[in-house]
Amino acid sequence: MIGITSFGAYIPFYRLDRDLIAKAWGRSSLKGERSVANNDEDSITMGVEAGSDCLKGLDRKEIKNIFFATTTAPYREKLSAGLIGTVLDLERDIFSADFGNSLRAATGALRAALDSVKAGSSGKTLVVAGDCRLAYPRSDNEQWFGDGAAAVLIGKDRAIATIVSSVSINNEIVDIWRTDGDKYVRAGESRFILNEGYLAVMEETLRKVLAESNIAPTAITKVLIPSPDYRSCAQVASKVGFNPETQLADPMLASVGHCGVAHPLMLLVSALENSKPGDTLLMASYGDGGDAFIFRVTEEVLKLAPRRGICKYLKSKSSLPSYNRFLSYKGELETAPGEPFRLFPSAAAYWRDQHSILRCHGSRCKKCGKSIFPIHRVCLSCRSKDEYEEVRYAEHIGKVVSYTIDQLAGRSDDPVVVQTVFDMEDGARFYLMMTDCDSRTVKGGLPVELTFRKIHEGADFHNYFWKCRPLRDGGELS
Amino acid sequence: MKTIKDEVAIIGMGCSKFGERWDVGAGDLAIESVYEAYQDAGVEPKDIEACYVGQMYASPNGIAGSSVADALKLTNIPIIRNENWCTSGHIALIEAAIAVAAGLYDTVLAIGVEKLKDTGYPGLGTGRGMSPVYEARRTAPGSFGMIATRYFEKYNLSMDEGKATIGKIAVKNHRNGSMCPKAHFRNVITLEKVLKAPIVAYPLGLFDCCGNSDGSACAIITNSKMAKSFRDDPIYMKGFGLSMDAVLTHMRPGFDWTSFESLKVSSQKAYEMAGIKNPREEIDIAEVHDCFSITELAIYEDFGFSARGKAKEDIDSGFFSLEGGLPVNTDGGLKCFGHPVGASGLRMTYEIYKQLQGKADLPARQIKNVHRGLSHTFGGPPQLSAVAIFGNEKG
Repeated sequence: MIGITSFGAYIPFYRLDRDLIAKAWGRSSLKGERSVANNDEDSITMGVEAGSDCLKGLDRKEIKNIFFATTTAPYREKLSAGLIGTVLDLERDIFSADFGNSLRAATGALRAALDSVKAGSSGKTLVVAGDCRLAYPRSDNEQWFGDGAAAVLIGKDRAIATIVSSVSINNEIVDIWRTDGDKYVRAGESRFILNEGYLAVMEETLRKVLAESNIAPTAITKVLIPSPDYRSCAQVASKVGFNPETQLADPMLASVGHCGVAHPLMLLVSALENSKPGDTLLMASYGDGGDAFIFRVTEEVLKLAPRRGICKYLKSKSSLPSYNRFLSYKGELETAPGEPFRLFPSAAAYWRDQHSILRCHGSRCKKCGKSIFPIHRVCLSCRSKDEYEEVRYAEHIGKVVSYTIDQLAGRSDDPVVVQTVFDMEDGARFYLMMTDCDSRTVKGGLPVELTFRKIHEGADFHNYFWKCRPLRDGGELS
Repeated sequence: MKTIKDEVAIIGMGCSKFGERWDVGAGDLAIESVYEAYQDAGVEPKDIEACYVGQMYASPNGIAGSSVADALKLTNIPIIRNENWCTSGHIALIEAAIAVAAGLYDTVLAIGVEKLKDTGYPGLGTGRGMSPVYEARRTAPGSFGMIATRYFEKYNLSMDEGKATIGKIAVKNHRNGSMCPKAHFRNVITLEKVLKAPIVAYPLGLFDCCGNSDGSACAIITNSKMAKSFRDDPIYMKGFGLSMDAVLTHMRPGFDWTSFESLKVSSQKAYEMAGIKNPREEIDIAEVHDCFSITELAIYEDFGFSARGKAKEDIDSGFFSLEGGLPVNTDGGLKCFGHPVGASGLRMTYEIYKQLQGKADLPARQIKNVHRGLSHTFGGPPQLSAVAIFGNEKG
């Protein structure tokens, strides 16, 4: 049976209390908090995190396609899916494609994945979605929006949730948009876009998927729909015949915010985490129309290896101290330029060294067994030449050997950089920056994990590499 | 390896004023040190047969050799530049010594010159080492702060004890530098001031770090047979040691960050050539690479000045002060001169040269009974070390 065989999610470490935004502008707070991507994160790095969570313990050679959906691609021209696939260490002969330009892009990618697996053209397909949309300063959306990512793996065998039906509605309307030159999301007159857009189209979409699958509203265990505000999703749900109290999933606005393209998949992941065999889930998305899917949870859900998902990433967090910090993380403030980098990147070197830089491969000497990162052709321990096997370290856990809290190394608006030396269990040593941490709590022996981040913008392209961070689930790895 | 002990001698040296020399360029700094050396040695520009230049950041266009030729009008002789980070000055000196020992030339100039303050920013910048991606945002204080964190943990020093221990090194060097007219910083500091200073790269504070300065220093070398025809008190080279470890030496499994192969190997080679068995007893004065206070501490142990893990005892007892058993950084070191990268090795050697001649600029800081002096630079993330040992008589 075709369906979801694995899932993963990612929520950035930082949150901003909406009261801080409201206070900065002297207006009312929409309450709760929103997630905020760190200044070294973007949709690609968040997508990598979610993809990695989804692929935990799985054989990556079996993945044949990767689809990535976002409306905030770091590159206007250059494939994000391909980069994410490389960082996730997928094979070279995968099919990779980006989906974008609409908040339905992730469900579009999901539909394409389901159809492609159904058509038999491919093996497992990884669908990843990540978004970090910018709203106008002071607008409601600045408070409503959040940053996040999710991933689902689609396949034929051992699905944890099989697809029952999927429908789409196409609805041409200018309600939420960005032109090719727009930095911020625009929204039309609020009564118009809510009534003729979201409320009308979601109702139509939900009714259609129930009708096509011939399932009564009461037979749905959970309804998963993103919502532009606290109330509208409940309004739609009750109109279609669901009980919002018992059937409607928390739209995660109070805890995370609306994470754009990624949001429907994040809701789906959250529901799957809490589901039991036999549950029926209805997930829908909104954006220039609607997509809806009904999934049935199987016994396989009980066998799924533990992962972080929404549940753990939601709990692991730190509050940004100020609205100013949020503005600087979002690139809204022009800050004093720091010292220039002494070493200038080269696209050729970046391409040539991608096994180390992107795939996080080190070398393990076949003669003496010593490991080192990045890849060294001549062993630093026994000097054997070209006698090594590549080892991927992205999922390994290390322990801090030494560190320094450098006050000169960072950006002018975020100057502190924790430089860290840590050893993996096999002895491979890493010397990386630490991110998502409270520098006051760093100490020798601290367990750390790797995270893929944007390092700098040298040579006019995004230079991504790995950093370390304290374990996001407070020590207990799962 | 063949020894060159006592085969070459320094017959003249010069050293510019170090500091924020906004008013002069690299060429002017070279002229300032080289014309002092010409006068000191009693030679003229035409006597120089070859020149070795140590410079890290060569501008314009990365051609330091020709720029030095242009300023000094040392035309149509071989001028060879090396850029080995902080050891560049020492390597220029050692290359000059080797060329003279090989009998190629009689009179050779070794010069280090660096104009850091024209770069437009106060530090050495971020991005060190081998890759723009792997090592981005690493700074010099960040690279060396790592030694302090690890050393304190390994030897069970509380953060307060550790900070006070390395702070005393900064206090010592500032006291010495206050008596040195050519130093950039000449202020005496207290331990309290060191401990209260802002953090640069934890646990290193402002006074644990050396400054960035402009400067130049140089030496004129000849063979030992001819040395006395230039002056009565030439200074002989007793030995040298050079060690270049891999750029990512710290990636070596088990490397523990409190001791460095390149420090141990370079000092050992120099001791062997100079015939030194017990450096703590036989070295009378040393100028070592105090780019950060913790670096000087690590050097004490790797050079055999202090027993492993026991540097604190020697620091507390004042063993390395002007009045101690082995005075270190008698001119104030990098701490007070600042660190114009390629110039520092020769500036340190200038101090040893003057002290061995009994000609320290202020009598108050002249060390009594000095026969053997050592100068040393240590650079990179760090992984390059250069040591030279000198004496004021043969044998």
